[in-house]
Amino acid sequence: MMLQTRDLAIGYRRRGRPDNVLARALNLRLQPGELVGLLGPNGVGKSTLLRTLGGGQQPLAGRVLLGESDVARLKPQERARRLSMVTTAAPRPRLMSGYALVALGRHPHTDWLGRLTADDHSIIARALDAVKGAELAEQPVAELSDGQRQKLMIARALAQQSDIMLLDEPTAFLDLPRRIETMALLKRLARTTELAILVSTHDLDLALRNCDRFWLMSRASIKAGAPEDLALDGSLGATFRAEGVHFDQRRGSFELEASHGTSVYVPGSSAPAIWLRRALTRAGYALAEEPGRIEISHRQNDRGSSWRLQIQDQTSRHATIEAALQALERETT
Amino acid sequence: MSQLAGKPTAAQAGNIPRARLKRREYAGARPALLLLLLALLGFLLLLSLALGSASIPLEQIVTVLLGGQADHLSWTNIVLKFRLPKTATAALAGMALGVSGLLMQTYFRNPLAEPFVLGVSSGASLGVALVVLGSGAVGGALLAGLGLAGDLLLTAAAGAGAALSMTLVLLVAARVRSSVTLLVLGLMFGYLVGAMVSLLLYFALPERIQAYINWTFGSFSGVTAAQLPILALFVLSGLLLSAALVKPLNALLLGEDYARSLGIHLQWTRLVIILATALLVSAVTAFCGPIAFLGIAVPHLCRGLLGTSDHRLLLPGACLAGACVALCAALIAELPGNNLVLPLNVVTALLGAPVVMLVVLRHARGVA
Repeated sequence: MMLQTRDLAIGYRRRGRPDNVLARALNLRLQPGELVGLLGPNGVGKSTLLRTLGGGQQPLAGRVLLGESDVARLKPQERARRLSMVTTAAPRPRLMSGYALVALGRHPHTDWLGRLTADDHSIIARALDAVKGAELAEQPVAELSDGQRQKLMIARALAQQSDIMLLDEPTAFLDLPRRIETMALLKRLARTTELAILVSTHDLDLALRNCDRFWLMSRASIKAGAPEDLALDGSLGATFRAEGVHFDQRRGSFELEASHGTSVYVPGSSAPAIWLRRALTRAGYALAEEPGRIEISHRQNDRGSSWRLQIQDQTSRHATIEAALQALERETT
Repeated sequence: MSQLAGKPTAAQAGNIPRARLKRREYAGARPALLLLLLALLGFLLLLSLALGSASIPLEQIVTVLLGGQADHLSWTNIVLKFRLPKTATAALAGMALGVSGLLMQTYFRNPLAEPFVLGVSSGASLGVALVVLGSGAVGGALLAGLGLAGDLLLTAAAGAGAALSMTLVLLVAARVRSSVTLLVLGLMFGYLVGAMVSLLLYFALPERIQAYINWTFGSFSGVTAAQLPILALFVLSGLLLSAALVKPLNALLLGEDYARSLGIHLQWTRLVIILATALLVSAVTAFCGPIAFLGIAVPHLCRGLLGTSDHRLLLPGACLAGACVALCAALIAELPGNNLVLPLNVVTALLGAPVVMLVVLRHARGVA
């Protein structure tokens, strides 16, 4: 099932004042089997968009269509069968096992007491397997880590057997390995099932590696496309434009503007050369494309490794990047 | 459809025995304790019927309960007119307060929430205060001269006050969006009404104040056999309504946003929760006075005992434990073999608080 918006406007109604419109005229599509990253600066309205798509908030104008039906008009239970959500903070309910937490995902499908059938149990078991969380089933949720609880929340959303899954910064409180794991999990889910997943995140690098498409949200509009296209045509850079930061198209990441006027040439593409470039960028030097006045290169011989700093005719050798940077700084200021 | 959405094969579903699946679903819970609570309730009911200032043999009590006649007519009267209504009132009030406390704590996601947070007891106390303190000569004569009718008037006043305040809360609840707003409004309403009661007290005659204070002590003995069905009707319908709420309540454990995403109709759920609380608490407060402590303590006791937050177990648990605690309190308040009767509210808090502290502390260690 496809989620699409027709001339959607999102924001907040205010009494006696004009509406606070965060974005308008949105015509977006979320297709089965794709993982879409929702990216944009803080305060631009990503959470509002996700809430509006999920039916938790009324649109200011336009419609959100789930297949043929309007999300805002669906009965809550019917909506829950088609659409699941995961938010930033995983709740920490006391005295609840991981299994019971995931079982809550069966709510839209069970009777008034929430009794689980054999089918329900095997769907829960598979949802737990899908997030590699089977060992969390009998543990109390309150004793789990943030990452483990978020895993269970995703398993709960899976157990809901929806067609669409909306996630609002699910990785915000997680450490790096857990973030990588979570994004990879979402990508795998989109690939192996027909689930359509929309995930908002500030993790550009992970989003670039995993998402099939981006929805780039800036003031009042959203641009959709493949991440790579958006990187090349400058949209990515424009969306996050800020004083002193620019999007490096070659590296696919945001970098601080060079604060020195000095540019340094580093030859080669070996690991030492790459790390040296990172060190130079960090210290605020620009990287020259071609050999010039200043050059640093890595040397490896039987006496070990060293760094050769050349400034016009003067050359010096240093044992570490740190020493080379210090020498460079002495010479250039 | 997704791969996960596909029907599981019989082999997959049949692989794991049903009992093990149940164990997983209720991992960490102790559902068997419900049976223990039920047995305890039966025992306490009998004890409450058997004990009193007049000593009546147990088999005589059973005879009377089964519709027979005791050896002495007075025994039949004592059992049917005094002990049975008092016992039933205590059990019903305990159930009502325990369950409504659970509803409030889950809905507001606040361990300090209790049945009276929405201002029921404030509304009831204002009704009573108006009658007792503010009714002037006519009301005073009524209360002094009519005795039983005076009690009835108090019950009616408390009931009207409680019903009025709950109607107000329901109207507000249908409009505001967040449960926190509702909680703050309920508390403010309580303070407002409390101030009015204080004002009435300030200008009232001392003997009238005593009558008001007696009402605030709480009692299970004021309900006559004729009034009992009214109380029972309110409490049982409130309990039935609560039973229909187990699924929304379980979903609300994850917060309102997640509950909505699980298909819960938040606005309806909130109104039904408040309606159930209103039915449970306003009748009890009208007939028994503002009984503190039970409503806040019983849900904690239940979670600690049953080791779960699943309302399919907690709701019957709060019912049984509430009735048990109320019966215990009533028994202790009357101190068998002694003519002294302690105020009910004193007993519930004085003896109940340490017990709950113990349970909560033990249970907190288990979690941390």
